[in-house]
Amino acid sequence: MTFRLFAAPVLLATFVFSLLTYAAEKTFVYCSEGNPKTFNPMLADDGVTFNASSQMLYNRLVDFELGTTKVIPSLAEKWETSKDGLNYTFKLRKDIKFHTTDTFKPTRNFNADDVIFTFNRALRKDHPYHSVSGGNYIYYLGMELDKLITDIKKVDDYTVKFTLAKPESPFLANVAMNFAAILSAEYGDKMMAAKTPEKMDTDPVGTGPFVLKRFVKDNTIRYEAFNDYFQGRAKLDKIVFAITPDPNVRFQKLKAGECHLIAEPAPQDLPSVSSNPKLKLMSQPGANVGYLSFNVEKKPFDKLEVRQAIAHALNRENYLKVIYQGTATLAKNPIPNTVWGAAQDTVDYEYSPEKAKALLKKAGLPDGFEAELWTLPVSRPYNPNGKKMGELMQADLAKVGIKVKLVSYEWGTYLDKTRKGEFQMAQLGWTTDNGDPDNFLGTLLTCGAINSGNMSRWCDKAYDVIINKAKLSSDMKLRTLEYYKAQTMFKKNAPWVTLAHATVFRGLSKDVVNYKISPLGTEDFYKVDLK
Amino acid sequence: MGGFVLRRVLHAVPTLWGVTLLAFLLIRLVPGDPVLLMLGERGGSPDAVATLRHNLGLDLPVYQQYWVFVSNAAVGQLGQSIVSNRGVWEEFTGRFPATLELSLLALLWSVLLGIPIGVAAALNRRRFLDYFLMSVSLIGYSMPIFWWGLLLIMFFSVQLGWTPVSGRISAGFDVEPWSGFMLIDTLYRGTGWDGFYAALKHLILPSLVLGTIPFAAIARMTRSSLLEVLREDYVRTAKAKGLAFYQIVFVHALRNALLPVVTIIGLMLGTLLTGAVLTETLFSWPGVGRWLVSSVLSRDYPVIQGGILLISGLIVGVNIAVDVMYTWLNPRLRGRL
Repeated sequence: MTFRLFAAPVLLATFVFSLLTYAAEKTFVYCSEGNPKTFNPMLADDGVTFNASSQMLYNRLVDFELGTTKVIPSLAEKWETSKDGLNYTFKLRKDIKFHTTDTFKPTRNFNADDVIFTFNRALRKDHPYHSVSGGNYIYYLGMELDKLITDIKKVDDYTVKFTLAKPESPFLANVAMNFAAILSAEYGDKMMAAKTPEKMDTDPVGTGPFVLKRFVKDNTIRYEAFNDYFQGRAKLDKIVFAITPDPNVRFQKLKAGECHLIAEPAPQDLPSVSSNPKLKLMSQPGANVGYLSFNVEKKPFDKLEVRQAIAHALNRENYLKVIYQGTATLAKNPIPNTVWGAAQDTVDYEYSPEKAKALLKKAGLPDGFEAELWTLPVSRPYNPNGKKMGELMQADLAKVGIKVKLVSYEWGTYLDKTRKGEFQMAQLGWTTDNGDPDNFLGTLLTCGAINSGNMSRWCDKAYDVIINKAKLSSDMKLRTLEYYKAQTMFKKNAPWVTLAHATVFRGLSKDVVNYKISPLGTEDFYKVDLK
Repeated sequence: MGGFVLRRVLHAVPTLWGVTLLAFLLIRLVPGDPVLLMLGERGGSPDAVATLRHNLGLDLPVYQQYWVFVSNAAVGQLGQSIVSNRGVWEEFTGRFPATLELSLLALLWSVLLGIPIGVAAALNRRRFLDYFLMSVSLIGYSMPIFWWGLLLIMFFSVQLGWTPVSGRISAGFDVEPWSGFMLIDTLYRGTGWDGFYAALKHLILPSLVLGTIPFAAIARMTRSSLLEVLREDYVRTAKAKGLAFYQIVFVHALRNALLPVVTIIGLMLGTLLTGAVLTETLFSWPGVGRWLVSSVLSRDYPVIQGGILLISGLIVGVNIAVDVMYTWLNPRLRGRL
């Protein structure tokens, strides 16, 4: 009996204590869409992999400010650009630690060797790590960084100098992108010596706010806060990515309280997220554009009047209602307003079948003509239903005498054929991931981008001069003015009909605080907290 | 008996070879180039495309690619996924236990429920109970799985909060895979009964959904097979002999009536093991069905080829096992062994 008298309070105390410690631990559950392909962002090109790796586990020389596309210091505390724009010198911070994991215990802090190791792995074919884990550096290839970066030099332990083949003002924004995450050279050497180099990409070691604990495929990814994170420990103790591929189920899990935040809620669920007292709906204009591209090399789209006529003939406001269900804004420019340099006073082509007919008459085609229109075969935020939009376009164009045949191909073929210019009109779109206007106006519209990003094959030397001038300058004001000019010229020449900028939505529990949607699409949970 | 099994195994070899050829050719006949899909909207120069194609070994002539695949497969090397860079065998074994755990549970309840219901319907032929039970099983058989699953989730998980929505275990449990069977791993890794119950709760709805069709098929097959047997001469003889009703049904008739049911169960198991894409997607279940579908969408050639070969091998294996069991159960076939 006496034993029981003693035991009861002790047991009760332990119970209360364990409850308290349990309550104090903050675990955030994010219902994500799928498996990351790797934990090394330099090998990846998809949002799911970037969400699970780049902001969670790593830092870059410079980063984007949370919720904006502004470049801010990160591993590099400051940087200088040479006058000719060919050299970038980064001064690195000295107090940055790498993660300690089951496979690795770092003996030194981050320094210039890590930067050189990381970039050379992708750029140098003779680097010991170049062909590890398949060795496909999709972003490096796509952005032709192997041709742009000619040399990376270690000036001292905390200074690195990049030399470029030509001036490139978006370079800073480029190295802030997900793929440019900095790896640990010491870890690399250790894994190479142990003959398990691929562990570098599967058992990651970074400098970021969270450490990877466990990944069970198709199931969960678990992280814990990194106590020595150089910007201060995160407020969350643990993060769990619960992999849930079906959007309906993600929404049910959010309602049932099984996750705090869900990826890409389905448009039809948005009203019930905002009406639920336990949930909140957040949105932000996305950094994307959906458009209808003409092939200006194919008749009759070589005639400016024809392109302008179609721009007047399409009732785009109607598409916003029917196709996007109010989840997008009308696009006037190729660049959305979230990206700096978007022109505000662009004069758009208003919906007017009469004007369209008049322009066709002027082009010598008063009775219209027949043409093919290619519809997007996949659902993208910038165009959720290409086929249905194609049908609406078909009806609109029939009203001005243009008979359109709808055509579509499997996605890979579609991209290949549009890139080769085998179409007359095609629905296309773009999402930026470095937030630089050049990533739209340069990548998608210059003469040099024909056969890659410039599907319309519109080539105007005067336009290229403007873009290059902006690209060579690091003066924001001058660049902004040049981009305004470029947008006016684009609109006048109408190589595309700009359709929509899709809005990005997130559904989350009201317990979540300090969460911000990144305009570039990658999740960042460092500052997130739970009530 | 040994000779019979050996013959069946040898027969399986050309079947599997045919599977390799079909899997290899079909995925290449479907439009879509893995390299272009990998590069996506970002594209990249023709150089970049060529480099990537070379790295993935897709620049070889098709017959050489086939030879590489078959000669490696013959010695057990299934290659690597071009999307995740992980071995096909490793990816398969990481997912198969999840499929097996779910399939066995689904099959268990569909047998435990399907056979008694079939018997009850047969014994009440053309009465209300028969019509009622058979309508239920017909509904089960024709239920659109995705809709049915979502309905169950909305009712039991969201409205009542009795079962979890999806996944294999609650986010609070960190279970390192050991056997791959969550029920076993929760106990092995020391999460205690709490973890075990959590895992079991996560199995309820998906196994219910996955077992719906097998349940209906088993119930209907049991009913019709039992009705047929009850018309046999030896049953009449047994009745005439004055045997008790339950003895006639459960000792004599049912044992014989279950033979075709065993075949159905075997076939069902084969289908379940190939992974139930809809159920797995709906319940975020990390099984082989979803794995294969996503690899088809990304044109992950090695995974499609290797995965289809593994799964066909499994189905062939289950079929052989069912044949062997069938002959063992049915004395009339024993002479043919």
